[in-house]
Amino acid sequence: MLVPTRLVFALAALLCGTAAASAQDLAVKIGVLNDMSGLYADIGGEGSVAAAKLAVEDFNPAAHHMKVEVISGDHRNKPDIGANIARQWFDVDHVDVIVDVPTSSVALAVNEVTREKNKVFLGSGPASSDLTGPKCSPNSIQWTYDTWMLANGTGKAVVKTGGDTWFFLTADYAFGHALERDTSAVIVKNGGKVLGHVLAPLGTSDFSSFLLQAQASKAKIIGLANAGGDTVNAIKQGAEFGIAAGGQHFAGLLVFINDVEALGLKTAQGLVLTETWYWDMTDANRAFTKRWQIASSRPGKFPSMLPAGVYSSVIHYLKAVDALRSASDGKAVVAKMKEMPTDDPLFGKGYIRADGRKIHPAYLFEVKKPEESKYPGDDYKLRATIPADEAFRPLNEGHCPLVSG
Amino acid sequence: MFEIFGIPSQALFGQLLLGLINGSFYALLSLGLAVIFGMLNIINFAHGAQYMMGAFAAYLLLQYLGLNYWGALVIAPLVIGAIGIVIERLFLQHLRKLDPLYGLLLTFGLALVIEGLFRNAYGSSGQPYQVPPALQGGRNLGFMFLPNYRAWVIALSVVVCFATWFAIERTRLGSYLRAATENPVLVRAFGINVPRMVALTYGFGVALAALAGVMAAPIYNVSPQMGSDLIIVVFAVVVIGGMGSIMGAVLTGFALGIVEGLTKVFYPEASNTVIFVLMAIVLLIRPAGLFGRRA
Repeated sequence: MLVPTRLVFALAALLCGTAAASAQDLAVKIGVLNDMSGLYADIGGEGSVAAAKLAVEDFNPAAHHMKVEVISGDHRNKPDIGANIARQWFDVDHVDVIVDVPTSSVALAVNEVTREKNKVFLGSGPASSDLTGPKCSPNSIQWTYDTWMLANGTGKAVVKTGGDTWFFLTADYAFGHALERDTSAVIVKNGGKVLGHVLAPLGTSDFSSFLLQAQASKAKIIGLANAGGDTVNAIKQGAEFGIAAGGQHFAGLLVFINDVEALGLKTAQGLVLTETWYWDMTDANRAFTKRWQIASSRPGKFPSMLPAGVYSSVIHYLKAVDALRSASDGKAVVAKMKEMPTDDPLFGKGYIRADGRKIHPAYLFEVKKPEESKYPGDDYKLRATIPADEAFRPLNEGHCPLVSG
Repeated sequence: MFEIFGIPSQALFGQLLLGLINGSFYALLSLGLAVIFGMLNIINFAHGAQYMMGAFAAYLLLQYLGLNYWGALVIAPLVIGAIGIVIERLFLQHLRKLDPLYGLLLTFGLALVIEGLFRNAYGSSGQPYQVPPALQGGRNLGFMFLPNYRAWVIALSVVVCFATWFAIERTRLGSYLRAATENPVLVRAFGINVPRMVALTYGFGVALAALAGVMAAPIYNVSPQMGSDLIIVVFAVVVIGGMGSIMGAVLTGFALGIVEGLTKVFYPEASNTVIFVLMAIVLLIRPAGLFGRRA
């Protein structure tokens, strides 16, 4: 097909014109990369995109002479797809920062691409504590939670209350392995014992076979080192196979509010879990939830800690970019973010450590009984608050190359 | 207690039984596929989505109409089967004279659309659905704890599979149907409304998928992607059993459930690939499948 040359030139001139008009505004492009269509889509997905947009709105770019654009992509939980999108975003689409990225295997791939391109990666979604351990990078910050924190929160609490023998049902990929490893360390340290484990492929729909193996192990606690639909299936079928009746209990090591809603309180009641953010904790959180439900068009649904982390990380990122008046050097932006204390409505005051770990308190929750729940989403009661300085792995234990010096 | 390959026999029997239970889902689903392929020559890729619709129908019937599991067991397959008939009338009947590939592409597209619509409406994390009160609990068989609900699943699916096989292979209606597959023009000449029969058959195959969906709702996470998790395995089952062979699909469904169950004991990491390894081997040795008729 022939395109009239004159039209091309006219359009090109038009483009140059608009670019020139906004030249004084600092342009920033945020890419939200997560699972939009698979089993983790409810935890983050469009909800994280909505959270990023709310953060931009609250930051008010115009007042800071900035122009911020949010785009999104679906990594389908596959590291190769995630890495490809990241490359294309950085090279072709001029994306400055990638946020969210649940699924640790994908996050580890994006972590490397970001380092190579000297951009910024703000991981609200990924769990593997390797991101702030051996794989830590001067271009990445892990925001919301990690496997060490989950293990330390839930694992410690369960061992302390008598659950000293464990059997793991582990999702067979980077995240599950990291979660099992970190939890095992906590169990052993607190005087417990790990009796065995089984590696279940991601997206297994029937766990009964694994549950039978867990039953045979006679462990008091069946640790679920998995997430999303896998956790839901395991707990649902565990109830059916009389796990609780046999004196065994589940410890959900990564349970989101979406999973609790999917199980229903009747099945999920009594489950102990650790999160860093719960929608019904403060007025600010409730207000955010209301706006989020509208922005993401999910009436009646509740944001997990992932969109909250996306919101918080985007706000802090924009503040740092504004302070530098440039988003081009990823390392410099991350260094600035580490230098500035964090403060936002959802996570309050905090800071970012040298290894890229965002520091804030964590909360140990217990899922309410159906009769205790007063309104939709009234799912958790707070059992303990783990203070910020105890919630995450001590800086010197992570083997992060950025710290050793 | 004696041991087999280092696994206590107790555990092994338990796993065999569990395999059989999973196999009953495979059998029900591959049965529907085999019926549709055998009678209509359509590779119904929307089968997983229709199974998911069955589970969602159970959830929605309970949520909005207060209809319990037993009601859903009857109503959901009827409703979803009726939707299947509409799909057949609207789209599939026009593809009958074309290569089966067109039907495959159409149903694949439909599956994506249906899944997307449900994800858009209900999100991906799933809906709660409880085991019906009458089937809660279970009994200790000595070697394992068998939930009553699973026992029900296996019993119902054996009955449904046998009844379907009987209806198609041993009744007059079934013989009309098989004749219509061989030579529709001649069968029409005998005064039988072939297009209507074909539409009803597709609806029946879809209803089988929906029935499996309702049966799955209390034990699997009711989420839009529950069908796509299963459908690939079920296709492998149908290929191994032999496309279009009804008995083959049923027997292979149960057998592969057991194979998968055993893999979960000996090498759990491979449990979602073992069926495809078997499929590759069967295709190499018997391209028509274990029970397939030679083309």
